[in-house]
Amino acid sequence: MRISVDREACVGSGNCVFFAQGVFDQHPDGRVLLLVGEPDEGLRAATLTAAANCPVQAISVNDA
Amino acid sequence: MTENAETGSTTGSLPVFPLDRRKCPLSVPQEYEAMRADEPVAEVVNRMTGKQAWALTRYADVRQVLGDPSMSSNARNPGYPHQFQVPEEMLPYIAFPFAAMDPPEHTVRRRMVIPEFTAKRIADLKPRTQAIVDARIDAMLAKGGPVDLVAELAVPVPSLQFCELLGADTEHISYFRNYAETTTGRDSSMEAVAGAIAEMDEFLDELITEKTRNPGEDLLSRIAAKLPEEPTLGHDDLVAIARLLVIAGSDTTANVISLGTAVFLEHPEQLDEVRRDPSLLPGAIEELLRFLSILDSATVRVATKDIELSGGETVREGEGVLALNGAANWDPARYPDPHRFDIHRDAEGHMAFSYGNHMCPGANLARMQLEVVFGTLFTRIPGLRLAAPADELPYMFDAHAYGLHELPVTW
Repeated sequence: MRISVDREACVGSGNCVFFAQGVFDQHPDGRVLLLVGEPDEGLRAATLTAAANCPVQAISVNDA
Repeated sequence: MTENAETGSTTGSLPVFPLDRRKCPLSVPQEYEAMRADEPVAEVVNRMTGKQAWALTRYADVRQVLGDPSMSSNARNPGYPHQFQVPEEMLPYIAFPFAAMDPPEHTVRRRMVIPEFTAKRIADLKPRTQAIVDARIDAMLAKGGPVDLVAELAVPVPSLQFCELLGADTEHISYFRNYAETTTGRDSSMEAVAGAIAEMDEFLDELITEKTRNPGEDLLSRIAAKLPEEPTLGHDDLVAIARLLVIAGSDTTANVISLGTAVFLEHPEQLDEVRRDPSLLPGAIEELLRFLSILDSATVRVATKDIELSGGETVREGEGVLALNGAANWDPARYPDPHRFDIHRDAEGHMAFSYGNHMCPGANLARMQLEVVFGTLFTRIPGLRLAAPADELPYMFDAHAYGLHELPVTW
């Protein structure tokens, strides 16, 4: 799976870090910082939960 | 507002909102269940303003509305469903918080504060939260039961932490304590509440002036330092931002601490499980947030274009909507047996912190504080119990944010 984030849309809720610490962090400006662009299988469920719970859909998952 | 066939009733017979929790204090308003079944998009009237709006009780609809940028939070929009009496001619002059603005005004203000609530900042604050909680529990144990947990723990912990976070001297804690106690107090008159708000405003105004002149290592100094880079913002905007942070960051957490303690004590087997296995605590807190939904009726919007909801109903441009997050969090289509407090439930997706671009920026701060409070309280005072029956406690039935005026406990 390949992840991308939209920092312009991001509102810094911190939900992604709450659900998938290790994949996402927050830049000092409060907005999303993608740590792992292609998370491995062990992080898959947490990453999908984080994407589904982003309040502004700023996380895209390409699951091809 | 006559899109629904069911809503052909006259204004006089419309349900009056917000509803209260008198019938079952540790539940969202019980009427939601029937509304969701019979009229999930219901025309209702506000008790104080007399204005009509649509009340949404389905999870899917609340999620859709809060996530839709065309659903405005702008409190100056004539269709905005105010929850308090606001004279229309005053609307242009009221300094609304950024929670009641849309982009781009909302975006520039929100971006001033989100650096303060990153995962790293919250991790850095945690040892201090622990020290504050330990000191309060030491004081409770020294005093001996029964004590009022609201006054001894629930109010002091978030107010002291917020006082420190903003960069106020701890000698000024009395402003924060007085503010929290007056706004949560059962016997506080309207005048007393207005007085506490005015006092807090004046205090924040002076504090920001001081932090602009002599910056320190604190939240207000950092946002004051960014002000010159923001041509659209001035000193008064910083005061409004600081006021929103104080309102959103103290009473709310205090109320979840007091109500949450009551809920845990009413579910002793689940509490024992959490005590034996602290890894269950974060999930238990998410369930608590879902179950309590203390700001159920605070998530309101006004449509800036027509939208269609999940059952095919239409909300027209200019109409107000109450996207009831507590009703959504108790929708059995999303959370089976929603009335059951169940720490093993996956409460993911709850909207107790709202959803969309206004989702609470302090959510992870609140989660951390609740984890420290509950993780410490029930371990250090294992015999803690309610000193009054749970259904007879002084709940804040009429308050904007649900909570407890007092929580008598002993051990």
